[in-house]
Amino acid sequence: MDITVNILLTIATAATPLLIAAIGELVVERSGVLNLGVEGMMIMGAVGGFGAGYLTGSPWIGLLAAITMGAVFSLLFAVMTLSLATNQVATGLSLTLLGLGLSGMMGANFVGQPGERLPNLDVPGLTAIPVVGRLLFGQDPIFYISIALTAAVMWFLFKTRTGLTLRSIGDSHASAHALGIHVIRYRYLSVIFGGACAGLAGGHLSLVYTPQWVENMTAGRGWIALALVVFASWRPWRVLAGAYIFGAVWIGQLHAQAFGIPVPSQLLSSLPYLATVVVLVLISRNKRLTMMNTPASLGQPFVPDR
Amino acid sequence: MRLELVKRPQRSMLFSALSPFIAFVLTIIAGAIMFALLGVNPLTAFRIYFIEPISQVWQLHELAIKAAPLILIAVGLSVCYKANIWNIGAEGQFILGGIVGSIFPVLFPQFEGPLVLPLMLLFGMVGGAAYAAIPALLKTRFNTNEILTSLMLVYVAQLFLDWLVRGPWRDPQGHGFPQTIQFNDSAILPELLPESGRANWGFVFALVAAMLIWILMSRMLKGFEVRVLGSSPRAGRFAGFGLNRMVFFTFLLSGALAGLAGISEISGAIGQLQPVISPGYGFTAIIVAFLGRLNPLGIVAAGLVLALTYLGGEAVQSALGISDKVARVFQGMLLFFVLGCDTLIHYRIRLTGFSAPKLEAAPKLEGAR
Repeated sequence: MDITVNILLTIATAATPLLIAAIGELVVERSGVLNLGVEGMMIMGAVGGFGAGYLTGSPWIGLLAAITMGAVFSLLFAVMTLSLATNQVATGLSLTLLGLGLSGMMGANFVGQPGERLPNLDVPGLTAIPVVGRLLFGQDPIFYISIALTAAVMWFLFKTRTGLTLRSIGDSHASAHALGIHVIRYRYLSVIFGGACAGLAGGHLSLVYTPQWVENMTAGRGWIALALVVFASWRPWRVLAGAYIFGAVWIGQLHAQAFGIPVPSQLLSSLPYLATVVVLVLISRNKRLTMMNTPASLGQPFVPDR
Repeated sequence: MRLELVKRPQRSMLFSALSPFIAFVLTIIAGAIMFALLGVNPLTAFRIYFIEPISQVWQLHELAIKAAPLILIAVGLSVCYKANIWNIGAEGQFILGGIVGSIFPVLFPQFEGPLVLPLMLLFGMVGGAAYAAIPALLKTRFNTNEILTSLMLVYVAQLFLDWLVRGPWRDPQGHGFPQTIQFNDSAILPELLPESGRANWGFVFALVAAMLIWILMSRMLKGFEVRVLGSSPRAGRFAGFGLNRMVFFTFLLSGALAGLAGISEISGAIGQLQPVISPGYGFTAIIVAFLGRLNPLGIVAAGLVLALTYLGGEAVQSALGISDKVARVFQGMLLFFVLGCDTLIHYRIRLTGFSAPKLEAAPKLEGAR
């Protein structure tokens, strides 16, 4: 029983950064912007979070720094693609490349240093309940943020007027513009929200998952988050399901390696990436369904005519 | 203050030519600020970064060694990107080219003679192309996003190489080091001018590839097809150009060139397989392709510039103790600025004052009518 609880806990820990980054990107893509810089914003959040936590000794300041770092870094992408109408694919890629380099440089002195870990929530009485206690009341604070965030995004996108407006921009920016909606302003805010989420996801890696700084520690999670959004057909609750499936794959291969299953460890390590490919194939097979779900203006630059 | 883009009636030839240079200057300025923040005199840093690495003849050879894979990969990618098809997994195709091309020297070390090298190069190209065929197949058959699949396959390729050199292909006499046996002499790509430096034929391959791609793109129907499908898929369909065939063509071409770059690097610069065979050439080549304006001749120049950022990164690391990741930062900034400057080709930029947002309601309504 204890092992099951432990495995479930580690799955939640592995799924949380994927979930947060993907939920952020989902909002960005719903507004019609494709930001391929998730990996870069995430690694910047990770280095910023670790650095601030390490220097101040407070993981909570680290958490704030991670969010800020991701948001500020995404602003770079926003200025380029929204104000200068550059190609979103190329700009997103360059954001990732720049993030990987910049984080490596900023983190050069942090390598090998012990970091600060965010403490787990501990509700006296409740956490002690067998099995469910630790699952529901004893996890790290970012886990709760991730669940609340998913619910909030779901409510915002589908139950509020602003959410409706945001989705309409993603489906047709020209019509939205004609109706007097400030397309660029909405998109700026979406991109920054996505950046803050990616930064938080990175902060989870360096403040909870493995409280230390390792170069390239995101290990492709940003890209998997992008794939999750496609997998989820741009629906928040499916992102939640997808993130936990991938968390399970990630943890499953780690446990398999620890048990010494007679399969090359490299093959096990490549499972999350192979699973991503397989899942993308399965979900994209139905061309009509994909076209129906994809925000119609996704990736198109928009220059307001006046 | 806000930015406002005003569409030019036609693309500006002036900015089309100038934009890489403006981007370079902006990168230098941003770099100077960065060095100053790191507490290093920018002038000293720039001398060490950009001038000292190319002040002697043997160093020019090193530049050519770094530039060769960048140019080879980038000219292939430029065809993809012109067609609006996004292969960003060249790093994986590079690795697979290196692995498949190494089959002969690793598994049949007694096989020698003049036939070895051509076979290796051929196998390298086939390996890279075959690996690139996977995302192409998934895109055409299952409508799968090629950006994500080609990138995921990079991680898989890296792990596959790691497994090979630690497992079945490890040199039994290598004292347990994760590497294959040293290639025999006939499997080594010869040096161009052995008396002055290490540069090998890989650089010549790069120049020839750039020339061939230039001919393809500007003189042949296939190149026209690429450009039409890239700028207007609808028009391409009416002309009878198949998008699926184009996906395969561009992926196989860029994969083969990345594979050739991989085996050239292994056989020329390294001489055996190791767990890590590329300092991110496949990703840096994306920058090279854009900095060279997706034009093969521009790519040759851009490849040399980006190769210099690698050498400069190593130089500042040893001379000033700054992380060699500074090279990646320079590369990323360069791509950012060149993308930003490219906006000037199609738009004029107008800065408007704070009052502008209030006035803009009127013209917007006009547009709505």
